[in-house]
Amino acid sequence: MKTNYDIIVVGAGPAGSIAARYAAEQGVSVLILEKDRDVGYPVRCGEAISKAGVEEFIPSDEKWIAAHIEKFSLNSPDGTEAIVEFEDAGYVLERRIFDYALAKTAANAGAEILTRAYVNGLIIEDNKVAGVKYEYRGEPKEVKAKIVIGADGVESRIGRWAGLKTFVHFRDMECCAQVTAAQINLDPNTLYFYFGEEYAPGGYFWAFPKGMNTANIGLGVSGMVGKQRSALSYLNNFMTKRYPDAPVLTSIAGGVPSTVTLEKISAPGIMLVGDAARQVNPLSGGGIASGMIGGSIAGRIAGESIKLNKPDHVLTYDKAWHDRLGKRHETFERIKNGIYNFSDDKFNKIAHSFNKVPKDKRSLGRLFTTALINQPSLLVDIAKVFVI
Amino acid sequence: MYRQAKTGKLMIEILRDKCDFCGCCVGICPEDAIELKEAEIYIIDARCTNCSKCVWSCPIEVIKFNREGVLV
Ligand SMILES: Cc1cc2nc3c(=O)[nH]c(=O)nc-3n(C[C@H](O)[C@H](O)[C@H](O)COP(=O)(O)OP(=O)(O)OC[C@H]3O[C@@H](n4cnc5c(N)ncnc54)[C@H](O)[C@@H]3O)c2cc1C
Ligand code: SF4
Ligand code: SF4
Repeated sequence: MKTNYDIIVVGAGPAGSIAARYAAEQGVSVLILEKDRDVGYPVRCGEAISKAGVEEFIPSDEKWIAAHIEKFSLNSPDGTEAIVEFEDAGYVLERRIFDYALAKTAANAGAEILTRAYVNGLIIEDNKVAGVKYEYRGEPKEVKAKIVIGADGVESRIGRWAGLKTFVHFRDMECCAQVTAAQINLDPNTLYFYFGEEYAPGGYFWAFPKGMNTANIGLGVSGMVGKQRSALSYLNNFMTKRYPDAPVLTSIAGGVPSTVTLEKISAPGIMLVGDAARQVNPLSGGGIASGMIGGSIAGRIAGESIKLNKPDHVLTYDKAWHDRLGKRHETFERIKNGIYNFSDDKFNKIAHSFNKVPKDKRSLGRLFTTALINQPSLLVDIAKVFVI
Repeated sequence: MYRQAKTGKLMIEILRDKCDFCGCCVGICPEDAIELKEAEIYIIDARCTNCSKCVWSCPIEVIKFNREGVLV
């Protein structure tokens, strides 16, 4: 380990590993610092992703694919099921292996990785971020860098210390609880979603198969709901009702910042990627693919900035992200605000009318159109993101 | 520091033994008042304003508002 790097990435999740790889591929020196002892563990994720989302960054590998997805099953409060064929193929990942594989690609590109390194402050010189302070096995340490990339997930403290406003309004945080359980008999190639007051008001409940009759079962509710009732109590309710005897292999908590990207995701010497930048798709809560995309853009720009010796180049990241996905997320956010407040009755009606659509025309775009038929302004938004 | 001016005491208690160290509360805390390591969590009491947002956002109910005040 050196005392000085071109780039330090804090956090070895998907966004951090991809940022490190794209930077290292340009021949600059990169160090990843991760507080946990293992990359990829613990897993706080439903693990669903589209094949295209994965393959932009790594060829598909059965080693980290737990299930192949072909369909969505969307369930309204009265139990009506609407089935939508997935246009693209999808996966439920084994993220403890997937995240590891991504970190390996960063290492193979030349990035160094140090685990059990808890970053607890920044070194600031001339009003610019110039490195990080961290604790390694109980000892305080420092390491310098020209650019620090905050990939520290939902906490996003690195950005705050650099003066960026990163905290999320509790209304926009989807507070999640999930179990991975066995003896769950679901179709092994379908992602299940449940909507309504009983399951997850202002959010959704999911059951994603993971092979051998296991599944990730969980939900997210807004912090606003959490004021009255916690995610855990909704989860316990569901499990007691449907799967009272299912052996539980893992149970976790987690937070998904479900909102538009932060106003500023770069400043001199600092860039934020993934959950730390709030790059999650606010409609689905999916953040693996979008985090990797954010990471790739930031990593590339950081590498270029070092090579060209142009510190200001990092500031072009905000616009590059906005053009690639940030703008789209603003549309998703509007759609989300339109549908997450629906009453149970409304969800039921949507499912009923959707099921009257001829089978070969039941697409996700069509479903959202059905959902928002009385909100024409949102229909324009949907037309922008789905080809209907 | 205005927390002290307001109430004189920290009223937010994290049940550390039950915490999952997920970071959800850290992400919503407006004051950056929560320190979270791999498996260790505590409130930086000088920064906390007792706003309770972390209490509402904890998915598994391990942060409590403690009217009596917490010993730190
Ligand atoms: C319950 C749940 C279900 C989800 N389901 C899905 C899903 O099905 N599909 C999907 O696409 N997305 C899902 N998501 C979202 C997805 O998990 C995240 O968007 C994704 O993990 C973000 O990647 P990241 O690299 O930005 O952050 P993370 O994967 O969170 O990685 C951040 C890393 O930074 C480290 N770190 C943090 N602070 C420090 C520090 N101070 N010093 C050193 N290291 C630090 C952490 O230990 C961690 O390893 C879900 C999230 C939750 C909570
Ligand atoms: S939100 Fe709850 S479980 Fe998660 S770190 Fe905070 S106190 Fe622990
Ligand atoms: S009460 Fe408010 S200020 Fe104090 S730790 Fe919780 S969220 Fe932060």
